Amino acid sequence: MDLLTLGQMLNTTLVFSTALIFAALGGIFSERSGVVNIGLEGLMMFGAFAAAVGGYYAQDAGYETMAPWIGVLCAMAVGMIGSLIHAVASITFKADQTISGTVINFLAAGSTLYLVKLLFEGAGETPLIDGFSKYPIPLLSQIPVLGQGLFNNYPTTYLAIILVVVVYFLLFKTPFGLRLRAVGEHPSAADTLGVNVNRMRYIGVMLSGMLAGIGGATITLTTTGTFAHNTISGQGFIAIAAMIFGKWNPLGAFGAAVFFGFSQAIRNYVQMFGWSQSIPQEFIYMIPYVLTIIVLVSAVGRSSAPSALGQPYDPSKR
Amino acid sequence: MFKLKKIFATDSYIVPVVAILLGLLVGAAVMLIGGYDPVASYRALFNRVFGSPYDFGEAIREMTPLMLTGLSVAFAFRSGMFNIGADGQVLIGMTAASVIGIKLAGVPTFLLVPLAVIGAGLFGGLWAGIAGYLKAKRGINEVITTIMLNWVALYLANYIVRTFLLIPGQNRSEDIPASMSLTFLNSVFDNARLHWGTVIALAAAVFFYVYLWKTKQGFEMRAVGLNPHAAEYAGMNVGRNIIKSMFIAGVFAGLAGAGEVLGVFHYQSVFAGSPGYGFDGIAVALLGITHPFGVILAAILYGMLTYGSAGMSFDANVPPELIRIVIGSIIFFIAAQGIVRWVLKPFYFKRKKEKVL
Amino acid sequence: MSAAAPVVELKQITKRFPGIVANDSISLTLEKGEIHALLGENGAGKSTLMNIVFGLYQPDEGSIEIGGKPVIIDSPNKAIELGIGMVHQHFKLVDPFTVTENIILGTEPKKGLKIDYKSAAEQVRKLSELYGLQVDPHARIHDISVGMQQRVEIMKTLYRGADILIFDEPTAVLTPQEINELMAIMKRLVAEGKSIILITHKLKEIMTIADRVTIIRRGKVIDTVRTSETNPNDLAEKMVGRGVTFKVDKQPPNIGKAVLKLDGVNSKNKEGISVLNNLSFEVKAGEILGIAGVDGNGQSELIQAITGLRKIDSGSITMEGKEIANLSPRKITEKNVSHIPEDRHKHGLVLDFTVSENMVLETYYRSPYNRNGFMNKDIIDKHAEKLIREFDVRTPSIHTSARSLSGGNQQKAIIAREIEKNPSLLIAAQPTRGLDVGAIEFVQKQLIAQRDQGKAVLLVSFELDEIMNVSDRIAVIYEGHIVGEVYPENTNDQELGLMMAGSLKQGGNSGV
Repeated sequence: MDLLTLGQMLNTTLVFSTALIFAALGGIFSERSGVVNIGLEGLMMFGAFAAAVGGYYAQDAGYETMAPWIGVLCAMAVGMIGSLIHAVASITFKADQTISGTVINFLAAGSTLYLVKLLFEGAGETPLIDGFSKYPIPLLSQIPVLGQGLFNNYPTTYLAIILVVVVYFLLFKTPFGLRLRAVGEHPSAADTLGVNVNRMRYIGVMLSGMLAGIGGATITLTTTGTFAHNTISGQGFIAIAAMIFGKWNPLGAFGAAVFFGFSQAIRNYVQMFGWSQSIPQEFIYMIPYVLTIIVLVSAVGRSSAPSALGQPYDPSKR
Repeated sequence: MFKLKKIFATDSYIVPVVAILLGLLVGAAVMLIGGYDPVASYRALFNRVFGSPYDFGEAIREMTPLMLTGLSVAFAFRSGMFNIGADGQVLIGMTAASVIGIKLAGVPTFLLVPLAVIGAGLFGGLWAGIAGYLKAKRGINEVITTIMLNWVALYLANYIVRTFLLIPGQNRSEDIPASMSLTFLNSVFDNARLHWGTVIALAAAVFFYVYLWKTKQGFEMRAVGLNPHAAEYAGMNVGRNIIKSMFIAGVFAGLAGAGEVLGVFHYQSVFAGSPGYGFDGIAVALLGITHPFGVILAAILYGMLTYGSAGMSFDANVPPELIRIVIGSIIFFIAAQGIVRWVLKPFYFKRKKEKVL
Repeated sequence: MSAAAPVVELKQITKRFPGIVANDSISLTLEKGEIHALLGENGAGKSTLMNIVFGLYQPDEGSIEIGGKPVIIDSPNKAIELGIGMVHQHFKLVDPFTVTENIILGTEPKKGLKIDYKSAAEQVRKLSELYGLQVDPHARIHDISVGMQQRVEIMKTLYRGADILIFDEPTAVLTPQEINELMAIMKRLVAEGKSIILITHKLKEIMTIADRVTIIRRGKVIDTVRTSETNPNDLAEKMVGRGVTFKVDKQPPNIGKAVLKLDGVNSKNKEGISVLNNLSFEVKAGEILGIAGVDGNGQSELIQAITGLRKIDSGSITMEGKEIANLSPRKITEKNVSHIPEDRHKHGLVLDFTVSENMVLETYYRSPYNRNGFMNKDIIDKHAEKLIREFDVRTPSIHTSARSLSGGNQQKAIIAREIEKNPSLLIAAQPTRGLDVGAIEFVQKQLIAQRDQGKAVLLVSFELDEIMNVSDRIAVIYEGHIVGEVYPENTNDQELGLMMAGSLKQGGNSGV
């Protein structure tokens, strides 16, 4: 393998990682506040759909350069609205968080495709849009290998990496972060100090909807150009795995997301090797999923999960 | 009689019923927003299901895998496991049935069919058992593993069909000689694809009930599901129960797979993506409040809705995905029972008050 | 008494919950600089009342005045604003956080967008010095002792400028020495002008530190008296509503052969830290061995090791001469070991099972309950009927779920189940925790009855009084090791306390 391919591979890895980074960061907000979010998959679906539709109409209206950003904004909004359903059910009405998250996945699959058919005369997918183009960072992108790998990428990828640092700062350096983590660890401690547990959890869940929405949007806006039933195929669940593998820490989740991104990028490159011809394509497709299981088997269990994860807060039990 | 009265006196059945009504209302609202006529659509839905003997038979065909995947999810739920992997277990069951049905075609039919069905159940069970094992021995969240195993199962099934069973040039296996079809009912149901799987599903529900509430092993499994800590203190082997319950859940799903390939299609396709049996199963299980007989009723309802949605799409032009919104909403209302109780409050208020006094 | 208005005045507070009146027209005044004790049994309504003062509940009737002004306290925030602070019985501390983080949570000092940890830690250190609390601002909660954790709880209220402090059962988890230190801290707080409400059911503490005491029984105020004008017996009678001796009647033990023997038992937890450390003792037939110690010194792990719930790395555990170390819980149960677990909700019962099902939770697989793999419902139900009659378990029916029973009746059900198995060894972990006096007497009598029948009884308790009253012999556990064995008649609280704190080995002249 030559250096050029190495650079390309690094680049593709980051492209595939971007959506996972956004969604995993979203998952961290929700779960650090104590709410399991198995609905990331559906929230990404909402985002991918909203980006495709919003981007299409913006493009149609002549805002070509702005269109992808408008798509991202739509994805944020729709992702947040979707997550609100999860929040209402699991926080206010104390529904089982796993079931409520599953409901999000159901509703997302149904409503996005329903709307696609409604908006585009029965079509199974949205019209193709241009999406983002890669933006090479001046000077840095000239560095051999690394320049091509890291600094010649989509704006969303840069945004994702910046966000990792921002989320880290927010969680561990600010009052907001301290309160959010307290609510996920020991809600009644936070409550007795005047921190509004349910409000923090709403914020956590809705931030997760927003970020997972952006994550979904990056897939339509950088990879597929359109939204169909299979645009998000398990990415949300892999993002959950990345979050767990990263021990609910933004930096760890970033590392894990890149790792999973790499395992998806491998698909495109493994064919270049002679020996890969003898491996059936299905086994190559399996790699990210098998890898996820292997990673979970070898990684720490729930020991580093927030202590109150999955438990609705019932003030009468304090 | 006393028992029957007790079942209907509790609100355990009121919540699902109200949730179904609310779900249908949400569906109607979504149709109104989309510019469709909900009354006409729902009428088209029911006309499709009850319109002809063929359609009615096909609706039953539609319900059958739902019953089994619903039982699968519900059974695992009773031991505290959330089985999102029924999809993969169905696929593995299908593949096992296809392989046995095609490769052992020389075996006499009366042996071949049971063999293929048992193989499907066994492999479905073992596949689910992986997630059970990982949960029991390594404490890994079964929700994630079962989802990942769904993808692995999809590609594994495709690989096996493509490599060993394929008709050259087509995206499907050879025809399977083993058949579970109920051919003697063909004249009644106008050649609808009814098969023994429906009978197996009903038997599975009875097994589920008897096993869980009448046997020693069921006692253990319920204890583990309700309070694994107390079960462990009482000397029960929690891990073994988890693996066992996932295995049985996988058997149910695997049997659903056998019914689909041996009773409906008589061949197995190479799938482009998840066929979605398992996710329907989750809906059915939750809708049936994870009780075996509730699951059967829920599968009947769900089967009617999905089968009828084709009529809705045909006659009223409503995208069939609408039904997913309806079902998603129904589960939402069941999961967030507080909302239903809130809706019911005006009716409840009187009764509760009397109780206190 | 000065003419100034009382710091807190509760006027005829009434609070109802479905089925019960938790507080029935309760009135109470707290003067400035006073320590006012609130005495009552578990379930008498003390906690409800204090949760009302702290804004966690709203009273149905009655009013609250702070410094003579009527107030409505509708949230903990409001209570904090009014200068009320609460030191909770179950500490409200976030384990992975530092002391400082726990203290500032909710009112964090900021520098730009960031939390100003530097000045926060400085402030915590100053407060700690002012009241002599010796708390390290940077330590993490899971690394510091229970006594220290309690000081962090106190500092949380002081940091928010509380003048009125409510202590909810503060001594439940402390050693006698730690209790003395706490008393000193409380005195210093009062000297600095704070006022304190002390919720407790321990008479000794009230007599030592409180100025006045209000006794509550079944939600009603029975009396308010000055401690200088009363005595413990009088208080006890008012609390329970009848004469109580607090002495446990028992005959001298008739001790037989060793039943349970532990020899050099070692066990590590998942993090590789040693939780049982070369631990040895034995329990003989016909005696009650009490394990005394501060919570978290290996008591739970010890019981888990004996009952097969935890693997041991080395050493031996024998039951009537047979090795049982690292056998499965079921195998050990079958060697005639019964276990009343510490946490009855988590470990003792399946709360959503019926009473009848819970009664066979360990024996369901045996004949006659199990017949060819099927459960024999009639026999199981008859068995349950018999047990609830013999042990006076109050339940509407054997088909009621265990969840709907009161705590005392749940515990009775567990005790019935465990004793009915006719064990050679009965392990009782914290068997009276959270029970009222009647239920406590019942449980302790059952333990003594078992010992009188020649059973070996292992009692683990954090209540020193219980250990002293019920045990025939006491072993003190500290950091997973038995640091000494004493007889209750030859020792006292102070000596036990020093042993429990690890500062005294083999109780001086009273050792076994």
